[in-house]
Amino acid sequence: MSVGGLTGQLTATPGRFQPAQPVEVPTVQLLGEDGTLVQDPDFVPALTAAQAARMLRDMVLIRRFDTESTALQRKGQLSLWAPLLGQEAIQVGVHAALGRFDHVFPSHREHGLAMLMGLPIERLLGIFTGQESGDWDAEQVRFHHLNMVIGGHTLHGVGYAMGQARDRQADPQADDGVSLIIHGDGAISEGDVNEAYIFAAAYQAPAVFLCVNNQWAISEPVERQSPVPLYQRAWGFGIPSVRVDGNDVLAVHAATTWALERARAGQGPSFIEAYTYRMGAHTTSDDPTKYRDKDETIQWQSRDPLTRAETWLRAEGVWDDGRQARLDQEAEAFGEQVREAVHKVHDPKLEDIFDRVYARPTADLVAQRAQIVSEAAAR
Amino acid sequence: MQSPAETNQTTKTLTLAKALNAGLRAALSADDKVLLYGEDIGSLGGVFRVTEKLQAQFGPDRVLDSPLAEAGLIGTAIGMAQRGYRPVVELQFDGFVFPGFDQITQQLAKMRFRSHGRVQLPVVVRFPYGGGIGSIENHSESVEAYFAHTPGLTVVTPSNPNDGYWMIQQAIASPDPVIFLEPKRRYHEKGVVQLDAPALGLHEASVARAGTDVTLICWGPMVRTCLDAAAAAEKEGRSVEVVDVRSLQPLDFETIARSVEHTSRAIVVHEAQRNYGPGAELAARLQEQLFYVMESPVLRVTGYDTPYPPSKLEADWLPNLDRVLAAVDQSMGY
Ligand SMILES: Cc1ncc(C[n+]2csc(CCOP(=O)(O)OP(=O)(O)O)c2C)c(N)n1
Repeated sequence: MSVGGLTGQLTATPGRFQPAQPVEVPTVQLLGEDGTLVQDPDFVPALTAAQAARMLRDMVLIRRFDTESTALQRKGQLSLWAPLLGQEAIQVGVHAALGRFDHVFPSHREHGLAMLMGLPIERLLGIFTGQESGDWDAEQVRFHHLNMVIGGHTLHGVGYAMGQARDRQADPQADDGVSLIIHGDGAISEGDVNEAYIFAAAYQAPAVFLCVNNQWAISEPVERQSPVPLYQRAWGFGIPSVRVDGNDVLAVHAATTWALERARAGQGPSFIEAYTYRMGAHTTSDDPTKYRDKDETIQWQSRDPLTRAETWLRAEGVWDDGRQARLDQEAEAFGEQVREAVHKVHDPKLEDIFDRVYARPTADLVAQRAQIVSEAAAR
Repeated sequence: MQSPAETNQTTKTLTLAKALNAGLRAALSADDKVLLYGEDIGSLGGVFRVTEKLQAQFGPDRVLDSPLAEAGLIGTAIGMAQRGYRPVVELQFDGFVFPGFDQITQQLAKMRFRSHGRVQLPVVVRFPYGGGIGSIENHSESVEAYFAHTPGLTVVTPSNPNDGYWMIQQAIASPDPVIFLEPKRRYHEKGVVQLDAPALGLHEASVARAGTDVTLICWGPMVRTCLDAAAAAEKEGRSVEVVDVRSLQPLDFETIARSVEHTSRAIVVHEAQRNYGPGAELAARLQEQLFYVMESPVLRVTGYDTPYPPSKLEADWLPNLDRVLAAVDQSMGY
């Protein structure tokens, strides 16, 4: 042995030259790809059959909302749409786990969750028709505003959670709401998102990060964002984490319930990686055939979250052709509602934008508004 | 690929997007230290397809797809430039430059100054900017003032395909960092590209249309609007000169002043909000230097002092033909 040299095998001590944690990826899955139940040592589906049937219904309606909106874009009634095809189980599983005071800080593809939380669909459509910028009452809907700057909202969610914890400390009667923050696999690379993890861990904020790993950030595959599975990254921040099968509504529900309970119990932040696939294009102006293999997309079709849930429910005896037919009808009627909703959005007025920049408009804004009004009158 | 000199053609009709693509291709061919770098620029060719097919031609080591991180893009481009490379970074939209703002304004802009010129950073940061394409929030911003206000940065914007083709190559050749703003609503407008040699240097303003009554001072997306306004004004018997500033920092004030001396009236037209915008700088300089020449105050036609509105309102929010013509009338009325 030479002094100062290295001895033995560089991999002799686990955790020194190699990750201490296994690189295998245990995934929470309760509903197998064939629609049969799977045993998991840590998570059990805690749902009645009626609740499960309700989740199937929600997934079907969300899919309808999405396909209808995509069609509206094709007809020129929306200028853009970000399809969520294939990601329905995540939004439904999360929604079913949320408590009545919990707040959601969404990314740009959570249209279904927004709808389930009670946001009128025309409010979302208005963003994509260019008529509004999403000025709903987020405090009331508990579904916060869309942020088009990837990752920026994750910090807001952590700060909000810190506020929730403080309120509870000051007043034990305060509501027990915590914050659920959603971001994508691409967003995980942004500085803001990493700072959000750091703050959540530093202050043990009652925050749940739900990372929707749909494998693609526009044309960049997830491997470009991280060489390790995304949920393992959270370890480095001291945030407990799991990966769940994002096409399994039961698993998403169970894992979200676990994380929300941890937050509520004062155990700090958690991280869930929901492993799924973006079946469609990034947005309606994107062309995925330029950058990804068709076979990959075809493979994921067999993991369709709706089919899986339906197969299971039929096997449980709580779903049958009659119920399916009624749901199809409901979806049909709902599709009509979506098509009508696009006409419910009002065109904005130019003069109104001056009133919402400051609490008290500046002299400049008052003058600019007056000028517009007088020009319009002169025309 | 043949270089333009090897082909016998001396001109080509291209859209701005294709002209930029051809300019980038020429720069990559001419110098193997040139690297393109950004989100989705490889197989997709960028969201506006400006880098289309470049990765196929030059390989993934020259045309690099990157993680979704703007500070990371600019910061690592600084390091690569320190090591002798010439990175050309693409950011996806104007509203997404801000996660990289510290790296641009505090790092990229200051390295030469900090190191007494020992470090030079030939980095180009290019991105689509401005409104008029019916997009959602953060996709339509006019951010030139933030960068033109930062010493150490060069800020340029082409308004037509010929400038797109040449200015991108000149920007890449520049020893200093360049913020290269691409008027996205003009990406698909066609024009004739001179393939032999650039008509102007990177920092020269151009007189896009000659006239005698009033000068419209504009850049990027507003040049087309001002040329259209000048054509409309001609029908009413007004002779309007249009100066395309091209380079906001450094500013070719001489060309602008020459025009205003000649017409004695000036109107600055820009998409960005008015307060503390580039129009203020131009108006101040004109007032300082041409006070006795001008027959009317410098006017500004700009975006309003609000955040960019929902796109249904952008046609009225942005300076348009009517607003420019009204300003021409007002200027002539003094
Ligand atoms: C700061 C910033 N940079 C770039 C973009 C452009 N952009 C919009 S969505 C997107 C990909 C996001 O990927 P991911 O986080 O995985 O979410 P997904 O779209 O797959 O749901 C990009 C690059 C943006 N909106 N914000």
